[in-house]
Amino acid sequence: MGDVRLMKGNEVIAEAAIRCGCDGYFGYPITPQSEIMETLMIRKPEDETGMVVLQAESEVAAINMVYGGASCGKKVMTSSSSPGISLKAEGITYLAGAELPALIVNIVRGGPGLGTIQPAQSDYFQAVKGGGHGDYKLIVLAPASVQEMNDFVDLGFELSFKYLNPAMILSDGVIGQMMEKVELSDYKPRWTDEEIEKISGSWATNGKKAGGERNISTSLDLDSAKQEVFNHKLQAKYRAMEENDVRFEKIACDDADYLFVAYGSSARICQKSVELAREKGIKVGLLRPITLFPYPTKQIQEMLGQVKGILSVEMSAGQMVEDVRLAVEGKVPVEHFGRYGGIIPTPEEVVEALEEKILGK
Amino acid sequence: MTATTEINNIISEENLVYKKTDVLLDNEMHYCPGCTHGVIHKVIAEVIEEMDIQDKTIGVSPVGCSVLAYNYLDIDWQQAAHGRAPALATATSRLMPDKYVFTYQGDGDLASIGCAEIMHACNRGENIVVVFVNNAIYGMTGGQMAPTTLEGQVTATSPYGRDCATTGFPMKMSEMVSLLPGTRFVTRQSAETAGAVRKLKKAIRKGFENTREKKGLSFIEIVGTCSSGWKLSPTQSNEWMKENMFPYYPLGTLKDE
Ligand SMILES: Cc1ncc(C[n+]2csc(CCOP(=O)(O)OP(=O)(O)O)c2C)c(N)n1
Ligand code: SF4
Ligand SMILES: [Mg+2]
Repeated sequence: MGDVRLMKGNEVIAEAAIRCGCDGYFGYPITPQSEIMETLMIRKPEDETGMVVLQAESEVAAINMVYGGASCGKKVMTSSSSPGISLKAEGITYLAGAELPALIVNIVRGGPGLGTIQPAQSDYFQAVKGGGHGDYKLIVLAPASVQEMNDFVDLGFELSFKYLNPAMILSDGVIGQMMEKVELSDYKPRWTDEEIEKISGSWATNGKKAGGERNISTSLDLDSAKQEVFNHKLQAKYRAMEENDVRFEKIACDDADYLFVAYGSSARICQKSVELAREKGIKVGLLRPITLFPYPTKQIQEMLGQVKGILSVEMSAGQMVEDVRLAVEGKVPVEHFGRYGGIIPTPEEVVEALEEKILGK
Repeated sequence: MTATTEINNIISEENLVYKKTDVLLDNEMHYCPGCTHGVIHKVIAEVIEEMDIQDKTIGVSPVGCSVLAYNYLDIDWQQAAHGRAPALATATSRLMPDKYVFTYQGDGDLASIGCAEIMHACNRGENIVVVFVNNAIYGMTGGQMAPTTLEGQVTATSPYGRDCATTGFPMKMSEMVSLLPGTRFVTRQSAETAGAVRKLKKAIRKGFENTREKKGLSFIEIVGTCSSGWKLSPTQSNEWMKENMFPYYPLGTLKDE
């Protein structure tokens, strides 16, 4: 066993960043995720690993600092909560357009507008379908535990460098504020200049090597023919993610007649609902998407011969349910159950919703 | 002797009095005739060559007519979103403190949409050079009013002349940033004569030397022309600039610490 501690989700994000060899964090305070930057400021990684931590003047500046840092081939990240992520949308699409790796953490709160500081999952569309302009995709990871807050920092960087594409950890105030046991990752040293040269030398803007090619970090191409070719390249990359990097978890699915589909904190609630329903004799399982993009479409489809109905459970008015329906193509009933505006559903409520919306049919 | 052989005889090492720096690429520039951007590019390229920092310099280009500056200077570049260049430069310089990082920004980019980013980069005293090209108009989008557009100046969005009572007054960015302790060198230059270009070059060199000495932020404003936006010939533009811009945006160094 490594370094096991009792920690808050948000603090773990900060700790995991330092330990995975992150080069820079740029952020702006917003509830319920301010502990991420606060923890970093207390930890002072600049003295320990050389990691730069900077409080930017706005989320707009923070994400553009990330763009600058990512352009240098560095492992850089930012974090925020919903209203701040809206401001970051510009920088996020530029990162995608310039094919830059970076990690963005969204500890979602209820909206729209200033909304509430309580947890929600109402930014699914923004994370998975766009948010910024243009045909781009983010790699979206949805942690359901404090342990996964730790693990997905490293995984997020790994995937974003694999695909040269920004990655997002889409969490919420429940997981961010919750304290749980966590096994922290071992320390990885930050990449040396030589390692950066090996990993990202073909694109990183860290000074034109004498006799070598120069690098330009840009999302601009005024030639439409070339822009279309570039868009084809992006789409091929997104298809490769769907082919190779879908992550999911199945709980009690082997004998299930019904299925919950839920991610993040809703999946934690559904885990309890599975137990409660089974005590009542309802054989329900849980499919938990871990990557929201790429989405476990095939894995849902594989359940269709077996289950008679699916309840998509989210703390939103019904966003992910659209992807479940796209996967199911009308073959079995798919319904949505959600509480929102900062309200967290109880496991009992979820079972009632299953009985009413799916079994009652 | 034919004309060509005669020219070829003249082009020889011993007759060489001026050579285009290799840092300036041979790509044909897209700038309009008389545009100040091209001259400024050349000056930056010469300074980079003279200081021998081509392999250590990273430019951050704006959104504006100079968005494609990366096509002209043979260095590594980052292309920023509109107004955000100082944020990119902040991270780049902090993550690679031994590099020379500069932003190149127009007046719409720096003084309007990017006002927050430039003010805070200046306030933090980032170790970067800011090259600010003030042509009192949005050149790229077809000549709309900028925060720096002069009172009464006709633009596409101030067709009856800028009315300061409703649109505010032309912003003096150099004066504003010189008040911030984070700036070390703030100067306003121009590039319409050989003498002005020589002075500008000195200023830009000083900026990069400040970076080398880790002195903090150097802010170099260049009052320039936009003949297309102003709807004047290149020569008329220079005259208009001298008559109207220089009195409101006086040339000279505001701060040198
Ligand atoms: C977010 C955003 N808003 C608006 C634009 C359109 N736009 C492109 S360049 C520009 C103004 C450029 O003016 P300036 O910075 O003065 O540069 P110049 O062309 O005069 O050198 C605008 C408004 C854009 N590209 N992005
Ligand atoms: S529009 Fe103005 S700023 Fe743009 S290239 Fe032409 S003269 Fe220069
Ligand atoms: Mg302009």
